[in-house]
Amino acid sequence: MYTIPIVFGVLLLTFVLFTIVGGDISIEIAGKDAAAETIEEIREEYGLNKPLFFSWDSQFINHFKSALAFDFGRARDREPVIDKIKRGLGPSLALTVPIFFGVVIISVSLSLIIAFVRGSVWDVSAVIICVAAMSIPYLSFILFGQYFLAYKWGLFPVFFSPDLTMAQNVALPVLIGIAAGLGGNVRFYRTVMLDEMQSDYVRTAFAKGLTTRRVLFKHVLKNAMIPIITRVVLAIPFLFLGSLLLERFFGIPGLGYMMVEAIGSRDYFVISAMTYISAILFVVFNLITDVCYCLADPRVCL
Amino acid sequence: MDPLKTKNSKLKTQNRRGRSLWKDGVRRLRKRKLAMVCFAVIVLYFLLAGSIYLAELCDWRIGPRLWAEEVGQSYEPPSSTNILGTDIFGQSVLRKTLYGAKISITVALCASLVSIAIGVPLGAVGGYFRGFVDEIIVWGYSTLSSIPYILLILAFAVVLRDKSLFGYRLTGITAVYLAIGLTSWVGICRLIRGEVIKHKDREYVLAAMSYGCSRRRIIFRHLLPNVFHLVIIDFSLRFVAFVHAEVVLSFLGLGEADRPSWGAMINDARIELSRGVWWQMVAATAAIFVLSLALNIFGDALRDSLDPKLRIQ
Repeated sequence: MYTIPIVFGVLLLTFVLFTIVGGDISIEIAGKDAAAETIEEIREEYGLNKPLFFSWDSQFINHFKSALAFDFGRARDREPVIDKIKRGLGPSLALTVPIFFGVVIISVSLSLIIAFVRGSVWDVSAVIICVAAMSIPYLSFILFGQYFLAYKWGLFPVFFSPDLTMAQNVALPVLIGIAAGLGGNVRFYRTVMLDEMQSDYVRTAFAKGLTTRRVLFKHVLKNAMIPIITRVVLAIPFLFLGSLLLERFFGIPGLGYMMVEAIGSRDYFVISAMTYISAILFVVFNLITDVCYCLADPRVCL
Repeated sequence: MDPLKTKNSKLKTQNRRGRSLWKDGVRRLRKRKLAMVCFAVIVLYFLLAGSIYLAELCDWRIGPRLWAEEVGQSYEPPSSTNILGTDIFGQSVLRKTLYGAKISITVALCASLVSIAIGVPLGAVGGYFRGFVDEIIVWGYSTLSSIPYILLILAFAVVLRDKSLFGYRLTGITAVYLAIGLTSWVGICRLIRGEVIKHKDREYVLAAMSYGCSRRRIIFRHLLPNVFHLVIIDFSLRFVAFVHAEVVLSFLGLGEADRPSWGAMINDARIELSRGVWWQMVAATAAIFVLSLALNIFGDALRDSLDPKLRIQ
């Protein structure tokens, strides 16, 4: 419903942020002692000498035109932004896709089991562990994981190296990512499952003499699908960004690493392009979610 | 059984005044020992931050304010004189950790205020008027929520950093809490809007209308006080996210540059850990962990005792 206005809104936001608030960066690119001509050349190349709004050739119109054509210009180091993104996409996905599936599968199954034993010692201790895990900062998970598992005990490589296979390189980051993601997710899904557990159909299913596994993983899981889908499908577009902090710590040359570098050098072109692409992906996956609702629950389509 | 006594107690219950939502909530909260302990911890953190502000204002010479002082050699391990050891410059890690509380609490508090100031009025106005105004507001927050949260905060923080706004230079933490506040009003706006839509058709709003109250009065004096407990609940839990966001931003070098913060301490620890210097890392992690845990538990307890809908279940 809001698809096209949202794309427009994101472009407006990046324009306001990076062009109006960010201001003229030509002097910054050229360096401190650049001649006036060099600055003028740079302004010409990036179109910074054009009027902001009221013209057919204004920066505002050009921003929209180039974004809709997926032409993001060149980054600070002269490499086209789109090439940079293509290069970083592989390593980022290699890192985030296993984390995503790991977290979803483990936390959904764990939460089903925890909801089944609700009120018991296991349930209480699981909730306590979840809250504690949510309170540990993400950075500490990474640092302690890297220090103990890779540096101290030598189970994994400490940093990314091109000589090793991708699987060896991302094994530890994936493990840390899953561990850090479990707390919040198990807690969320537990609430969802608890709501379902109190329904009549669960009692009926048990009364029929179905096995616990069948009731939990077939009946309850299917009925709890709507909130799961909402959370899971909308998390997919964020996979593309990679995990900023994990990539930074382990030196994985993905999109997150690229973002951290872009922040360091104040490379607005890269940040703006990434913002736009991730928003487009989000909008697309929002539509997919709606389709998935129909598949999971035919009542929604009526 | 004394029949007269029973009758009297019955009368008493009949004459008893109804408790307000807040009084009832506080009464329920008091019964939870763990939540009260967590509340005490949170108050302690706030007092610490406040006393550092006071010390800077009145020029008291208390420990955390003198974090820049050299108290020993470089990288001294924890001992009886320096409880948490020293960092590379020989500064006390304990003092730096305590000082970091001030930065984190300030950022989280200001970010909360900014996002409440934006989100609550927008949500209330959108929910009350519906129509075109509502469409614009929904469009605004849908746009913001379609961008990954961390990317959005980073984009705002990078751009706002070292800019001047109305003649006021945005340095260090000002840029950080503005970036967090300007990006995280979406959740509260959505919540308030939904709640106002539900409340709009209730009798008390109708009564206010029939008295001839202005629309502004209905929204801000009648509707908002009835949904405001949701804001408190939401922010007791969101505060944790703000503290963690501040840590990540200072870690990435977008935060306070020349005063100690927990994120900067963790950033230092990145190199130190390989030399076996663990105390700075442990101190910062523990400080964040205790605050977040207290906030998480207290926020949950607050929601359980203030939200009447949850109580019925």
